[in-house]
Amino acid sequence: MPKILPAGSRSWWQLGAILAVLLTLPLVISQYNVYLLTLILVYALLATSLNLVLGYGGMLQLHHGVFFGLGAYTVALTVTKTSLPFWAGVAAAPLVAAFFAFLIGWFCVRLKGLYFGMLTLALGQLIWSVVYRWYELTGGDDGIHGIAVPEWLDSITAAYYAGLAVVAVCLFVLYRIVRSPFGIGLQACRDNSQRSESVGINLRRHRLIAFVIGGFFAGVAGILLVLAEGSVSPDVVYWEISAEIMIMCLAGGMYTFWGPAVGALAVVFLSNFIGAQTEYWLLILGAVLMAIVLFMPQGILGYLQEKWSSVSLRRAAGEKHVAG
Amino acid sequence: MESFSIVGSQLLIGLSRSMILFIVAAGLTVVLGVLRVINFAHGAMYMLGAFLAYSVVAWAGASHGGFWVALLVAPLLVALISLLVERGLLRWVYHREHLVQLLLTYALVLIISDVIKILWGTGFKSIPIPGELAGSVQFMGGSLPVYNFLLVGAGPVVAVCLWYFFSRTRLGKMCRATATDRETVDTLGINSAWVFAVVFSLGGLLAGLGGALIAPTTNIVQGMDVAVVVKVFLIVVVGGLGNIWGALLASLVFGVGESMGIMFWPRGAIVLPFLISALLLIVRPNGLLKSVW
Repeated sequence: MPKILPAGSRSWWQLGAILAVLLTLPLVISQYNVYLLTLILVYALLATSLNLVLGYGGMLQLHHGVFFGLGAYTVALTVTKTSLPFWAGVAAAPLVAAFFAFLIGWFCVRLKGLYFGMLTLALGQLIWSVVYRWYELTGGDDGIHGIAVPEWLDSITAAYYAGLAVVAVCLFVLYRIVRSPFGIGLQACRDNSQRSESVGINLRRHRLIAFVIGGFFAGVAGILLVLAEGSVSPDVVYWEISAEIMIMCLAGGMYTFWGPAVGALAVVFLSNFIGAQTEYWLLILGAVLMAIVLFMPQGILGYLQEKWSSVSLRRAAGEKHVAG
Repeated sequence: MESFSIVGSQLLIGLSRSMILFIVAAGLTVVLGVLRVINFAHGAMYMLGAFLAYSVVAWAGASHGGFWVALLVAPLLVALISLLVERGLLRWVYHREHLVQLLLTYALVLIISDVIKILWGTGFKSIPIPGELAGSVQFMGGSLPVYNFLLVGAGPVVAVCLWYFFSRTRLGKMCRATATDRETVDTLGINSAWVFAVVFSLGGLLAGLGGALIAPTTNIVQGMDVAVVVKVFLIVVVGGLGNIWGALLASLVFGVGESMGIMFWPRGAIVLPFLISALLLIVRPNGLLKSVW
């Protein structure tokens, strides 16, 4: 089984340090960069939720972004179309996303491999086309603008801190899930489905539950998107976002827990900071991805962890040699 | 009578759309069937075919049969580019898992789209319908554009050529043998690596042909690949992976279904291809016709 996080207190120190940096950064960087950081957080959560399905579940989920979009639209519609308070939308968003994940997953978990992937793609695009064409409800391709959020959340810095808190909690919960007996069972199903079934693991149920949990947290990420952007458009339901977050998982390292977050950081960073320098940032992003495929197929974090563990193994071996 | 002519012209539009989809999907399905690579860049090759067709027409002159030159040259250029991609990049990742191959082809999508931006700029291009095929014919009180008849004819021609190639030629039989059992093919002294290269180039050729054929009827623009690639992937899977006749059948269901749907439910027609493919995948998860996987 791939190692998820180096055990021991050192890793918690590292996490604490990252959190401290994330807490203090908005004090020293510009508003626009705070907005980018917020986007990185949103995509980090979204990609990690996909990785529960893709990396840990071994399911070719080609349209995870649809649950992200459903979460965002739920908040947007609750605020603009009903008299219910903002918080009702916030509470409903992950539940609506999880409900649709259950509906879609119920059909998909019967299929395997590419067929699974294509059914997620078809059903996801089905939802996109409904959102795109249902002008009365969703505003069609205009999207929904000017979504009123509570006053204290109405600045990008506030949205950032709220996002940071929510993402930290969600990632902690997801981390506990992949380490739980359920998470171990899910990985067993991925690695050897026949053997897992023969020792009594209910394959379909494990996969469906993972699919629904993934949808739930994608819905949470959708709420954060509304906080950061203040608007939604059918693009958030379109399959291009799904492809992007899949790239984040693969580039960051889908057999590591933090890989997708690293991938989100890399992709959002590359597309915005290089995009500010040159018109042809897609070319550079493509070249970087190609280099990752050819030279570190296990992803950025997977590659680094391999390096680290071989260094620490060698060091440990060296120490033993000295002691002996 | 009025409604009959509308049905007729919608049917023609649907059929021509189906045939473009089929030509592009056929390229994807042979690549999936033989190489087992999920090629995201297939749509980008289609777009490249359209842009190359534009340049060839601009170079040869639209009034001097430039379109017919483009129809020949653009697909061949795309096939050549595909050959370079296969030999230079793809062959290094055949032994890796599907997702890694998918990441590589996605990187190609990004690179190709920026290369197109560098070579052709961001504005949209268009080429005129060739003089011989311009205008429309009157039929049962409706007018049908002549160019669409070329598209409707192109699909069956491609299907028959592919059938002949795969079942009657030595190289085509090698391709099918490699799809079934690569190891045995290697032990028989056939260089399966070159079979892969041929098939990937053939896939590129078909994508480029689809792009060149659609070029006179649409704006040639960045992003014209995005909507097509999703539909084509669904067609390939719904039809049965690697099955050319399945791809033809599924293309007809998609193209004609959508154009007929527009008449009865104008705003909902966009939903139909996804609804149809979802239902088919639920009812017949392994595709309409036999898959080679």
